[in-house]
Amino acid sequence: MDSALIPKGLKRCSFGAYAFWLVVAGIVLLWGVYAMFLCWFKGLNQTNMNDYYGFALWIWADLAVIALGGGAFFTGFLRYIVGKDELKNIINYAVIIGFICYSSALLILAIDVGQPLRSWFIFWHANVHSMLTEVAFCLSCYFCVLTIEYLPIILENRKIDEVPFFHNLGHNMHEIMAVFAATGAFLSFFHQGSLGGVAGVLFGRPFSYREGVLIWPWTFFLFTWSAAAYGPCFTMTVTKLTEWISGKKLVKQNVYELLAKISGWMIGTYIIAKIVDTLYWAFVTAPSMGMTFMEFFTNNADYGLGILFVEIVLGGIVPAAILLTEKGRKNSFLFVVAIILGVIGVSVNRWVMVLQVMAVPTLPWEPWHLYSPSWQEVATTILPVAYGVILLMVSFRYLPVFPQEKELNS
Amino acid sequence: MKEEHTHKNAKKYGMVIDLDKCTGCGACMVACMAENNVSFRKDETDRLKSITWMRVYKITNGKSFPDTDICYIPRPCMHCEGKGHGAPCTSVCPATATDYSHETGIVSQIYTRCFGCRYCMAACPYHARYFNWWDPVWPEGMERSLSPNVSPRMRGVVEKCSFCFHRYQLAMDKAFAEGGRELEEHEYQTSCTQACPAGAITFGDLNNPEHAVHKMVQPDNEHGGRPKNPKAFRLLERLGTNPKVYYLSTRKWVRQMGDNYLEKELKAVR
Repeated sequence: MDSALIPKGLKRCSFGAYAFWLVVAGIVLLWGVYAMFLCWFKGLNQTNMNDYYGFALWIWADLAVIALGGGAFFTGFLRYIVGKDELKNIINYAVIIGFICYSSALLILAIDVGQPLRSWFIFWHANVHSMLTEVAFCLSCYFCVLTIEYLPIILENRKIDEVPFFHNLGHNMHEIMAVFAATGAFLSFFHQGSLGGVAGVLFGRPFSYREGVLIWPWTFFLFTWSAAAYGPCFTMTVTKLTEWISGKKLVKQNVYELLAKISGWMIGTYIIAKIVDTLYWAFVTAPSMGMTFMEFFTNNADYGLGILFVEIVLGGIVPAAILLTEKGRKNSFLFVVAIILGVIGVSVNRWVMVLQVMAVPTLPWEPWHLYSPSWQEVATTILPVAYGVILLMVSFRYLPVFPQEKELNS
Repeated sequence: MKEEHTHKNAKKYGMVIDLDKCTGCGACMVACMAENNVSFRKDETDRLKSITWMRVYKITNGKSFPDTDICYIPRPCMHCEGKGHGAPCTSVCPATATDYSHETGIVSQIYTRCFGCRYCMAACPYHARYFNWWDPVWPEGMERSLSPNVSPRMRGVVEKCSFCFHRYQLAMDKAFAEGGRELEEHEYQTSCTQACPAGAITFGDLNNPEHAVHKMVQPDNEHGGRPKNPKAFRLLERLGTNPKVYYLSTRKWVRQMGDNYLEKELKAVR
């Protein structure tokens, strides 16, 4: 039925099966859209947030998808700036995943603010001292860059490519993609960092506050580093998942191994920096504010030392150890375990830097305040996942995303 | 226009609350709500979602009878000055919807500019900032009793104690009309100060040696406003927020509860 749109020489599932799963994802999407409209029209009283939990599930989702979408800027940086040519075989998917992550982040932010129609105030009345201002500017600019990077991939669709103007446009855009990759890397450095700064500058919150260099707390650099380290793990996880669902090999092993090796080094160096940061915070920063390390991990039902173990050991040391060894990278089971642990590790880090920050009591007589999201918050957080699945399904079916697919499945 | 920060007569309005006098009656909370058109709901049992610009906490020394002791701690916005980086909340607001005035020492909140990101709430360690989770609705007829000097806040924005800033504006208007004279101490007082039946709250200019607040705490401006009076303290002073609300208590355990201390540091608390 839609065979004229499918790239030449590639096989895709039947239109019926495709449409069925599209409808399933569409239903989930509609559920999220319904919750989104409830939040917009009835207000944020639809959530379980409160005056102690001004930042909650949505902000975590924002930080997490932006970190996971970091695969786009870092793979682009490696491919176009460093010159790792093999990565051209996965860069398209990295860009699409990045586009989904960043558009999702913007959507979630639009739901999260109390007065969405005033969102432009962040640009108009910008406070240059606020990390969130930096986030807004760089995030918006980088989303534009990702759109520009996604466009030539769309223009490669069989039918669109038949139009000479689009064909030439796509070709010329490919030629100058290095410029956008460099711009994206530059912007990402700042918005990934400023997202770390959002928590790090909170000098009223001993759990998240960090010293740093000039105006940048250490979390600024840790967030940038971790996004570059773990973003490729998510790109590879989604690619592996696509291979598993479609039953096709899409990317050659050497491409995975190269990206995994770089990711391993990045995770390894990041986790050392993170451990040093944690130790300095535990032994110097927190005590200077009158708090002991264990006060942040006791006297509550949700946050114990286990979460630190999951973040640093399971989500950091273990994937780094696997990905840094050739044996680990070549063993398909260990490889998949490592990249999934990486995704979990960075997501837990973002959770801790949002949710646990809010939970820790600041006034000496106050108890911990724990939180669980309402169904509206959950639905609106799943909404971008459903949207992402749909966009991936459409892109994978109708666009020549993987240059090696034909060769690997012939 | 760039604000000049070197005013010769810059005020630093602040508050001193004598915790030994506070009975926890809540009159300050009621007065504040009425004065500032603070909205409320039928069910106010969820204190995590109810708006109380002035909130009275009850703390105990944790000992059993007959050694048990309690203390009520009224907590307005601390109008922090910060140290170099501004108040915890003003420095983070992305839309400059909250600002620290170097003329008055008051942290403002521009409701019509706030777009409800709640970053300031996350930044405030005192939980002095409140979000309007619902549309403000008053019982029928009650809206006629709202103060015309304070704009009610809409759903989706953050609000907080303003040290009854509208009273400052009214007093300044009068002083200006009378030849631009300086304000007298009694001309600008917050509603909670005036409502307190025990006289536990004192308000005034911390920079003015003639004002009662200055005499009571003797702020040391060389050291970020730290009180020289050994019975005075500020909440969470160690965080570097440099708040302008001071507390007085003769009870050591109360002063110890004013901040977080390591076990070994507790003895050194004045």
